[in-house]
Amino acid sequence: MFWAFRLATYFVIACATYIFLDIAIKGSRTVFTNRAPFINVKFLTEPPQTLYVFDYQGKKMELSDREFRKWQETHKEPVEATSVAYSAGGIWPCIVGTALLVVGSMIVALVIGISAAIYLSEYSRDTRLIRFIRIAILNLAGVPSIVFGLFGFGLFVIFFGWNVSLLAGWFTLGLMILPAIIIASEESLRAVPKGLREGSLALGATSWQTIRKNVLPYAMPGILTSSILGIARVAGETAPIMFTAAYAMRDEMPWQVPKWTDFFFQGVMALPYHIYVVSSKIPQNEYTERVQYGTAFVFLIVVMLIALASIVLRERQRRRLSW
Amino acid sequence: MVTVMEPPQTVRPQTPPEPSEPAANQVEKPQAMIDVREVDFRYGDNKVLHDISLQMPARAVTAFIGPSGCGKTTLLRCINRMNDLVDGSGISKGAIHIDGIDINSPGLDVVDLRRRVGMVFQKSNPFPKSIYENIAYGLRVAGVKKRSRIDEAVEKSLRSAALWDEVKDRLESNAYGLSGGQQQRLCIARALAVEPEVVLMDEPCSALDPIATAKIEELIQALKTQYTIVIVTHNMQQAGRVSDFTAFFYLGKLIEFGPTVKIFTNPVEKQTEDYITGRFG
Repeated sequence: MFWAFRLATYFVIACATYIFLDIAIKGSRTVFTNRAPFINVKFLTEPPQTLYVFDYQGKKMELSDREFRKWQETHKEPVEATSVAYSAGGIWPCIVGTALLVVGSMIVALVIGISAAIYLSEYSRDTRLIRFIRIAILNLAGVPSIVFGLFGFGLFVIFFGWNVSLLAGWFTLGLMILPAIIIASEESLRAVPKGLREGSLALGATSWQTIRKNVLPYAMPGILTSSILGIARVAGETAPIMFTAAYAMRDEMPWQVPKWTDFFFQGVMALPYHIYVVSSKIPQNEYTERVQYGTAFVFLIVVMLIALASIVLRERQRRRLSW
Repeated sequence: MVTVMEPPQTVRPQTPPEPSEPAANQVEKPQAMIDVREVDFRYGDNKVLHDISLQMPARAVTAFIGPSGCGKTTLLRCINRMNDLVDGSGISKGAIHIDGIDINSPGLDVVDLRRRVGMVFQKSNPFPKSIYENIAYGLRVAGVKKRSRIDEAVEKSLRSAALWDEVKDRLESNAYGLSGGQQQRLCIARALAVEPEVVLMDEPCSALDPIATAKIEELIQALKTQYTIVIVTHNMQQAGRVSDFTAFFYLGKLIEFGPTVKIFTNPVEKQTEDYITGRFG
């Protein structure tokens, strides 16, 4: 029996390794180049463009939209070019969009989630209503993400009239990971020894002062640990944002808005949605494959970086506590 | 105070007021600082204190002794209303007065009460902060912002807790780096920093070695000149050494209360004698 368990474990590792290596190898062909600076800067810093492929004097040309038009100005002869959507340029707006979505929705989820956890663990008594709320939270955690997407579309996009916007995406994603944040935060709060609360109250602190100064700071590392998983999920989900926040294509960057308030009410491009679009919404060929794998690879790295940042943040807090 | 409605008195009342008798009374007997009157306490349906009445005088050490589960800690935690934190529990009869004020009256500010009645717990519970911040905590939550005042209070309370010389060079280091006895003295210093009138101690030495215990006992002796101290202890010798008055509890009832010397040498109740001589408990 033992070898069966072992095999199952190895199987999982094999799958994970295969997926990761496949993306990394194929993706790195897009992301890295064999000439200095060895990184495909264009791919990381430009918005997506249409790619034009054509033969010219026996040479195969691959030009982006902009380059193609410039080229046509100097070369008057007509060419027969195949256009491939999104396959030139880069994915910079998607990286920015995903980062904005992650940061915003984590703020929404942490603020609401920690508040709810404080109420549940510090203030509420064990009544029937509270038990019902706990069950509701657990159930909410099991709701499929596409349902959250539809919910967000109905409530934020249509009913609140926020349209397809960052704000709608933040709240939809935030609500999606809210149950996980609440449950983990409550556990972290409960893990803080009772003696610290009593010690604080006995010194004449109010219960809010006690929570703010002497409970929450010690629970924070635990809460951040759990939210790291939340980050990966928020960054990765496509379904909740496809109706609420994501654009398939947008030329302006998020900070190019006429008024600062418009910042919250603009749709953005996002990495997972971009992968979805280039792999299912346009005809497939060798050129789109490059973008798909390149985007997937960058996506993995971005998620890793964000997770790493929150791990660093957590370790810093822990060290300050030394507890 | 004369009310407006009162008609001008033409006839003097026949009985002249007794000349300053209550005042004379007050001077003679030491004022009872904490006055527990006929208190019953329940945890849900479980009654753990039965009709407790005792008066703990100011600026003296009162010790609660008795076997485990006899309700001494529960009574102690009633005095600063720490039991409020336990759901479904409370005083079901009687009242506790401190300086004549009913501490369970609805209008009373619990935060203010706890500032006046400090507490040291059985398990030392320093906050995972620096030694300085531990002491400063009580002042900060009370809204004290002035650095000089906090500095002063930190030094003063650490000196009162006989800890100053040991920690003065490392006030900024974490309190968890202190030894068990030092941590407990830090907790005492922390309680003293907010200048309470009463200090409650719940078996403060139960986790300490004899040397650390001796230090704390010495400290209690020094503190009683300024504070009213109530100490719960399992250690009979300790009660004998540090306290001026002793209350013996058994199964939620106050069996005997009196000056420590009397309780230990000439108890009235048979149960007290049995417990003190180690025949049970």
